Amino acid sequence: MMLTARIYVTLKPGVLDAQGDTVKSALETLGFTGVEGVRIGKFMVVTLNSATREQATAQIEEMCRRLLANPVIEEYSFELEGETEHDPSKRPRRLIGW
Amino acid sequence: MKFGIVVFPGSWSQQDFYHVIANVLKEDACYLWHKEADLKGSDCVILPGGFAHGDYLRTGAIARFSPIMGEVARFAEKGGLVLGSCNGFQVLTEAGLLPGALLRNDCLHYRCKWVHLRVESQRTPFTNGMQRGQVVQMPISHGEGRYYIDQEAFRRLEDHDQVVFRYCDERGKLTKEANPNGSLEHVAGVCNERRNVLGLMPHPERAAEAILGCEDGRLMFASILETFARA
Repeated sequence: MMLTARIYVTLKPGVLDAQGDTVKSALETLGFTGVEGVRIGKFMVVTLNSATREQATAQIEEMCRRLLANPVIEEYSFELEGETEHDPSKRPRRLIGW
Repeated sequence: MKFGIVVFPGSWSQQDFYHVIANVLKEDACYLWHKEADLKGSDCVILPGGFAHGDYLRTGAIARFSPIMGEVARFAEKGGLVLGSCNGFQVLTEAGLLPGALLRNDCLHYRCKWVHLRVESQRTPFTNGMQRGQVVQMPISHGEGRYYIDQEAFRRLEDHDQVVFRYCDERGKLTKEANPNGSLEHVAGVCNERRNVLGLMPHPERAAEAILGCEDGRLMFASILETFARA
């Protein structure tokens, strides 16, 4: 079955995110109040053909561990979406401009 | 002595290293294409600066899977000398041959300038011709050189005398202003526990001739040659 993994890689809490901090001050300059913090990460979409969801989960987990994230500085999370799911609320949200 | 210089797609300092080794030091130099799993009998392997594989995903993340890196790891395992400068340092951390990681400079700027470095340990094959506390000058040229490692691992590094260079001012003082990228504890270069693998963000190969403004980088090459001569 064709599955789509939506993977999020972010800097570990405690690791200074210079980009995030700069964007935070830019938001403050624009007048947004109450911005407590901004963290910038990576978003990846991996489409894969897999026999089962379990197999796909294990594969994505290994991809994250071995390549997509660096455990010294980053952490990751992911969600799997695919043909077996019919819950419309789980469908990727349409973003304006896409 | 034969130096093998690894070339990835996107490397850019290999010719500078080659020039210094072949024309200035009059030693043997050869290029090692990343797809060939062969070190060609090199006595010291150099991973030069640049943007290997476009630095896609993370700096050094793709380069570590190049066929040559398996050979470099085996060579290091046997005690062979491996030196990584700039992008080469990033590749060595991604490959797990050196501890830590290199993050985006805290200033977010690409910094290309001369810096002062304080030699923190002369107990490596790459720095045994220097003195602990000595201040040397080399250029840096990077956007992602902020060394990071967690506190506990950093303590282990210090316990094992693995911090080899720190950014400092011209008198050897560790100041915020003298740290070009916000690296943890001013770290500019570290070695592995066995001390045969060294990585540093600065470029010793760009500071090896008086005509370029400074010859301090030659101290590193001289140390390597001295180590090899004694072996």
